[in-house]
Amino acid sequence: MVWIRLTNRRVIALKSLIHIIAGLWLVQTFYAAISDQLAGDPVEILLHFTGIGALNLLLLSLSLTPLAKWQRQGSWIALRRLTGLWSFTYALCHFLVFILFELQLEWQLVASEIIQRPYITVGFSALLILTALAITSISVLRRRMGRSWQKLHNTVYIAVLLIMLHFTWSLKTLELQILIYAIITGTLLWFRRNKLAGFLIKK
Amino acid sequence: MRIKIKKPSDLTDNDVTDESIYKNRRQVLRSLGYVGASALLAPHAKAFNWFSDDDEPAFKRRPLTYQSDKNDPQTITPEDKATSYNNFYEFGTDKSDPVENAQSFNVNPWTLKVDGLVNKPFSIDFDNLFTRFPLQERIYRLRCVEAWSMVIPWIGFPLAQLIKQADPQGSAKYVAFQTLRDPKQMPGQRNRFVGGGIDYPYVEGLRLDEAMHDLTLLTVGLYGKSLPPQNGAPVRLVVPWKYGFKSIKSIVRISLVEQQPPTTWNTLAPHEYGFYANVNPTVDHPRWSQASERRITTGGLLARNRIATQMFNGYEEVASLYAGMDLRRLY
Ligand code: HEM
Repeated sequence: MVWIRLTNRRVIALKSLIHIIAGLWLVQTFYAAISDQLAGDPVEILLHFTGIGALNLLLLSLSLTPLAKWQRQGSWIALRRLTGLWSFTYALCHFLVFILFELQLEWQLVASEIIQRPYITVGFSALLILTALAITSISVLRRRMGRSWQKLHNTVYIAVLLIMLHFTWSLKTLELQILIYAIITGTLLWFRRNKLAGFLIKK
Repeated sequence: MRIKIKKPSDLTDNDVTDESIYKNRRQVLRSLGYVGASALLAPHAKAFNWFSDDDEPAFKRRPLTYQSDKNDPQTITPEDKATSYNNFYEFGTDKSDPVENAQSFNVNPWTLKVDGLVNKPFSIDFDNLFTRFPLQERIYRLRCVEAWSMVIPWIGFPLAQLIKQADPQGSAKYVAFQTLRDPKQMPGQRNRFVGGGIDYPYVEGLRLDEAMHDLTLLTVGLYGKSLPPQNGAPVRLVVPWKYGFKSIKSIVRISLVEQQPPTTWNTLAPHEYGFYANVNPTVDHPRWSQASERRITTGGLLARNRIATQMFNGYEEVASLYAGMDLRRLY
């Protein structure tokens, strides 16, 4: 069953829509935080908003390949790079909120938190992976890297597992939300099990 | 984009007796343009929550008469922050859940039982909570174990007055507190996932000498009025030198006991939350530092509000209660 036929024009429309939603939402939330319009603690609200936003966008990005296969329409894959880059943008904002507004540039604290607190270490590792993927998504680099590009980009599955660990660890107690995310992540990894198995064996 | 934020301390006025002043302060901020323009773009954080329904009528709070706390120079946290950013897992684990889910919480009738190792056990009903003891305002710092803090004008009476009326027996060494258990009214008690998997009812405890300290306040109001449900209506504890989770909300029972009573967070994660839970910048939570905190007042995201955490949250007068104790071990 094919939902819609993804013509080139529709791909462009979908891309624009993703840019507009992800971009405006981010700007609006930061603007509200800066002008003290968020009820409660703006720092925590932003940490949650950017953290969950980055994860949602990453999961969306990872669901595009299974979707393309199921729909027998390769054009869905055209949306993968931009959702991945938006995920990286949200994750970067998440990190910046943490060091700029949570720890307020107390560098000693920044260093000790990243090294000493396992859940921050894990989040930081995930961010490093996402950064590597974002940089190498530039077309020139992609072409230059040849086959190793694919190998590098397979580490996105490691990143998603690290992020789930980071998320779970950041909570004080068990919450429904984390179970829903675990199920979604598990399902996505299951779809890609053959590829992942190959990836693990080759290493 | 740079938005100039006035230092919160510039706006302080010490005389915080009634609500109009808090409202006024917001008006001042508005007219200075700090809040104004952006209201057009984002009227409320709820704008981001597609699933929220706004039609629940707000809980009715009654104005209180009390002796006000005149000589405190601290910058008060705005009332709307103190009443919309709460940890009260009975109404959900997110900090905005309690204000959204608790507005229809029914607190009248209410019975607070005082029993256990006492010669004169008694009960207090709803109206009695506000009349049995003279009410006083206390402006206290509230330091959450999550490394943020607020400054809140509470209204209540020293717990010591209530305990004295009950006439404790010689064998009483600890005081045990219990929150209401009412799954019909508290969604977190109905569903493990909403309530964070905690075994309800929520319980807390103090050593008798801690409970009798003059700073320990049984609280029925804040910002000039009775407590809203998200802050623990109709009666809660406030122990300002301990992490916030010790200040148990919506209390139905206070019992004097001989042994150290079980306490909720300590039972859930003993290596993270101790029985004493005194604010202590030298003992970190396993997952984050307790050396400093973010003080939530006004100013939004750009406010430079990270400050050093003080031993006993700055209430040095309680230090003698712990003379000779190893507070690194008994955290
Ligand atoms: C250096 C990197 C990172 C740091 C320092 C960091 C820091 C934090 C902190 C302090 C929290 C807890 C917020 C709170 O409960 O108050 C948190 C939660 C979270 N983080 Fe990160 N994080 C990092 C990387 C990431 C990355 C790369 C992602 C996803 C792509 C991510 C996703 C999340 C999520 C989903 C949460 C849970 C938010 C919630 O509970 O609503 N984090 N992070």
